[in-house]
Amino acid sequence: MRGADYVIRRIGFALLTIFIAITINFFLFRVLPGNIVSDLARVPHATPQLRHALTVEFGLDRPKWEQYLIYLRELVHGNMGISFASQQPVSQLLFNDLKNTIPMVAIGTLGAIVVGIGTGILSAWRRSSASDHVSTNLAIAFYAFPTQFLGLMLLILLGGLLPTSGMENPYAGVFGPQSTVARFQDIGLHLILPALTLLLTLYGEFTLIMRSSMLETLGEDYVLTARAKGLSDRRIIARHVVRNALLPIATLVALSIGWIVGGAILVEYIFSWPGIGQALWLAINQRDYPMLQGGFLILAVSVVVLNLLADLAYFKLDPRISE
Amino acid sequence: MSAIATEGGSLTGTVSRARSGLIRQAIIERKAAALGLGIIVFFVVLAVAAPLIAPYSTTARTCAVFAPPSGSHWLGCDDGGIDMLSEIISGGRISLIIGFAATLIAMLIGGGVGILSGYFGRWLDTTLMRITDYLLVIPDLAFAMVIADVWGPSLSHVIGVIAILEWATTARIIRAQVMSVKERVYIKRARSIGASHLRIIGRHILPQVGPLLMANTVLTIAVAIYLETALAFLGLEDPTTTTWGTILEHAFDRAAVSAGAWWAIVPDGIVITLLIMGCFLLGQAIEDALNPRLRVAHLSSRRWALRPLAGRGPGAI
Repeated sequence: MRGADYVIRRIGFALLTIFIAITINFFLFRVLPGNIVSDLARVPHATPQLRHALTVEFGLDRPKWEQYLIYLRELVHGNMGISFASQQPVSQLLFNDLKNTIPMVAIGTLGAIVVGIGTGILSAWRRSSASDHVSTNLAIAFYAFPTQFLGLMLLILLGGLLPTSGMENPYAGVFGPQSTVARFQDIGLHLILPALTLLLTLYGEFTLIMRSSMLETLGEDYVLTARAKGLSDRRIIARHVVRNALLPIATLVALSIGWIVGGAILVEYIFSWPGIGQALWLAINQRDYPMLQGGFLILAVSVVVLNLLADLAYFKLDPRISE
Repeated sequence: MSAIATEGGSLTGTVSRARSGLIRQAIIERKAAALGLGIIVFFVVLAVAAPLIAPYSTTARTCAVFAPPSGSHWLGCDDGGIDMLSEIISGGRISLIIGFAATLIAMLIGGGVGILSGYFGRWLDTTLMRITDYLLVIPDLAFAMVIADVWGPSLSHVIGVIAILEWATTARIIRAQVMSVKERVYIKRARSIGASHLRIIGRHILPQVGPLLMANTVLTIAVAIYLETALAFLGLEDPTTTTWGTILEHAFDRAAVSAGAWWAIVPDGIVITLLIMGCFLLGQAIEDALNPRLRVAHLSSRRWALRPLAGRGPGAI
């Protein structure tokens, strides 16, 4: 029963957070200087009548709370407004961006988790050796490198070998149609640098946590028992230590999600990856408030949802936390 | 009655002395802590003495566009023919001001919220903790971008944005500490002899959470400077100022990469990294000294404090 209670509480909290995010989102953008009318009416000779007509058309003459309710209602129907810049529905634009962001972020993050866990295990296994010191100090350094600096470094070092900007070669389809395989190859090549930057920014923390979690688990009594039974080192590590030491990684992933999103924004900006971070940046520069509002909302909601999933996964791994 | 009160006071005095002694000890014993402190002090001195040390002006042209490092310009020049070394020294000044000021505000809010929440509990705790929960979950760079854009680019706005975003973890940690401290016997005794809430918080609780607040301050400086450089890189800072963040932004914007001008990027990235590492090492050492049992702190700071202070023996981190 307790478990079900915990799950319900987590879901309730996630829903509440999303609702708060939506509300803050709405009011934040109502205190911005200017609104859609001042933007659209910025044509020469805009008459007061035109302004008034636009104000009424967009419902800006109604009280704020009514606008808020309308906003909520439209949001539930998946309507996030129209982009000022491209005059297309925001939800459709952001859906396309999200489709580009997810593979890049997923590959970078999963890579960071794998590399971090791997180096962490090796470090703890060969603790206090030269390779441990090198790997740990490297992890601390990468942990402290600003994402944008890492990205620029990779641009300098590998910029000549790999594509540095965008997601596809814009001229690929010009001389005759492109096969699907070639297209995916092209995207894969473009994906290497952004995903690698994200991987390097993130992996250090995983190494440090995995290493210390391993060291802690190695001191447990059951490891001593396993050793007394005469099991080999490799078997003890693989069977008895790693699985238990993985638990803090689950927490770390959950707590890092907001951070990963921040890293992804910087990475997309550096490599012009046409994802949601890039869209957010463009929206700010073009004063495209509906896009900005929608983009932030999508990011906030995805972080909350991923956090919830991580929480539930953690609960599955270690049911003790509900108590 | 006054005798008891003094006794209580002196007892707290001893405890807090013992605790600050612990920090000193940590710095002396741990090479990492001393190194961290050394790095921070170095950059603070550099920032304070910037106008005296910087060899060239940061506004006037003194060399060719993207001139490589040479005897007269140790770190070369940027796209406007401005000496990089001078830019980094003066930029550090603004970056540190942003980092320190934002951290100060964040610590005041975070410490205040943590103490109020932990001490008074009930609905106040529930309300304040919901707010911190929200801030902990929300992606901070995205939120900072939105607010920075809403407020417009200026130094004080960047400080405000970072402060608003970074107090929540501290509030969480302080709250937990206050909740455990307030149950201790000497606090109950102070209350039973009629000490006011203000007095209990000021005389008995604050000294107990002080060192923890200090560890958090150091760690938050790192996060604040990181966020500053990120916001500046995305062009959300006053374009007329020079900070460590805007130096990278300019280099990226004006194609230092394709010009092969690594000197416009690398030294700046290294100083940012060094300062962040310095804060990290020092903050971590203080935390370790304060709470050797702090293993995996589930609700500690997202980026810096979520780490098992782990391992056993000198080889462990």
